[in-house]
Amino acid sequence: MLRADDIQVRYGSAEVLRGPSLSVAPGEVVAVLGPNGAGKSTLLAVLAGTLRPHRGEAALDGRALADWSPRALALRRAVLPQSSELAFGFPVLEVVLLGRSPHAGATTRAADLAIAEACLAEAEVTHLAGRLYTTLSGGERQRVQLARVLAQIDFPKLDFPDAGQGGEARYLLLDEPTSSLALAHQHATLRTARRAAERGIGVLAILHDLNLAAMYADRLVVLSRGELAAEGTPAEVLTEALVREAFDLPVHVTRHPTRGCPQISPI
Amino acid sequence: MDLSSFAQARHRRGLAALWLFGLGLAGTFLLAVGYGAVEIGPGQSIAILAAQTGLDLPWEFTRQQEAVLLAIRLPRAVAGVLVGGALAASGAALQGLFRNPLADPALIGVSNGAALAAVVAIVLGAGIVRLVPALPRDLLLPLAAFGGGLATTFLVYRIASRDGRTDVATMLLAGVAMNAMAGAGIGFMVFLSDDQQLRDLNYWLLGSLGGITWDRLVLVAPLMLIGILSLPFFARPLNAMLLGESEAVHLGFSVERSKRAIVVLAALATGTSVAITGVIGFVGLVVPHLVRLTAGPDHRLLLPISILFGASLVLIADLFARTLVLPAELPIGIVTACVGGPFFLWLLLRRRGPGGW
Repeated sequence: MLRADDIQVRYGSAEVLRGPSLSVAPGEVVAVLGPNGAGKSTLLAVLAGTLRPHRGEAALDGRALADWSPRALALRRAVLPQSSELAFGFPVLEVVLLGRSPHAGATTRAADLAIAEACLAEAEVTHLAGRLYTTLSGGERQRVQLARVLAQIDFPKLDFPDAGQGGEARYLLLDEPTSSLALAHQHATLRTARRAAERGIGVLAILHDLNLAAMYADRLVVLSRGELAAEGTPAEVLTEALVREAFDLPVHVTRHPTRGCPQISPI
Repeated sequence: MDLSSFAQARHRRGLAALWLFGLGLAGTFLLAVGYGAVEIGPGQSIAILAAQTGLDLPWEFTRQQEAVLLAIRLPRAVAGVLVGGALAASGAALQGLFRNPLADPALIGVSNGAALAAVVAIVLGAGIVRLVPALPRDLLLPLAAFGGGLATTFLVYRIASRDGRTDVATMLLAGVAMNAMAGAGIGFMVFLSDDQQLRDLNYWLLGSLGGITWDRLVLVAPLMLIGILSLPFFARPLNAMLLGESEAVHLGFSVERSKRAIVVLAALATGTSVAITGVIGFVGLVVPHLVRLTAGPDHRLLLPISILFGASLVLIADLFARTLVLPAELPIGIVTACVGGPFFLWLLLRRRGPGGW
């Protein structure tokens, strides 16, 4: 279990997080929603272990993140940044292989390549493997980065075929993974996240599109002004009253015609 | 596409480049020690070196050739190799650290900080030696330059660091400010100096491998070697840092520790280089660029190949410096700037293309 309890973060005198608590269990997809400036990315940085809260604590399997070595943590959780620039022209395959960095010394080159290949396929970017990262479009880069963070924690069976049911649980933190993607790729990326969850990975994604979140997440968490505004299944959270309150937007809630999950239409 | 054959081809290409640049350095070295008023053939050079270890090779040589090689050409060439390797390794590492292909040891003020200290030592040296009689005159200059380089780097680093994190933009701008202040200090020293000191100052400001002796080299060579040989060990964190510093942390690297080590090692390598040869510009900038074009940006190859190529480039530049205007010698910094300046502009224009770096 990856969890954050009563997190408080200040930047100068501005209080960005005022004590929300959040947890991600193995195998579930949690979507974090909220208006701009609600503290979503800050909460993700706390869960990633790169930002220490002023109060409260984030912990993985009951052990505070601050007590993990960077490398041990890197074997258990991966973080997809909002955008990633590379100043130098690495081929896509080598960008994905960078995801294997924490495994150096504990794996083989063949296993690294097999995992990179599987992750390129998962993110549907196999055809880009030989291209230079610097020549890709923003959306292509985002999908290549998805392949890289998958390569960091996913497919342990390709590395250690004898391991049991995937070993210890791993977590994937996605900061707006669909922000620069065309519609079809937005869905493809969230399907990839869903499949990762089916392989036992706990997924937390910051999303802006409420309908997308309703379709793919098991649980929604709404942050507003640094506080937890709502938490629950899509049907519990996406109500007309709550969306109007948290997002300052009057909406009409309907059912998705085939999936049955709630879909909102701004009025 | 077959991924493993693609990966294998790149791996082979990298190894081939490593060998190529290694052989290139060996050839350049033999050329550098052989060319001059007393000609020494490559075979003869090898035979002279082998003779020092008691090995007898079939090439014959004269006592004069042996004396020239051992006392004059060899220390100069070894210094060239060390300085070239140190500047190129520092440049490659700093470019990776700053994620900026235009970074250079001179950029964060190391070179000019070292030069300012050296210039102060030249102009006020007599007074300093009177104050501290135990300090040998020969040691004063290298120590001052090294100290100046390290102090500047430390200062820039302290300014740019807060809460144990280094902000790269602040660091670059602090380097700009340091360079301006060092420039003012150097200008003031030039203003204070007499004619003889002015000649010495030119030597420092434009760089020269002339006048290198084993005695002076032995003092700084170990420090330079520490910098040159340690930097390649940071290849993997540098690769990860190209994605961004927090991405490198997410990948499990101790980024702050690596950054500190890289900054200190680059300062060490550059400061000691300035200590024995003065300021030689553009090597740290141009070499990693050219290596990236042939071997790619992976630091595991970039750092060792840059060291080899930087060493070759300084040897070649020095060959031109001491033969172009015989019987006089040009400062090597003029040669590297003449080649490096236009090259830098060409790179800037080229950068507009996609994936140019």
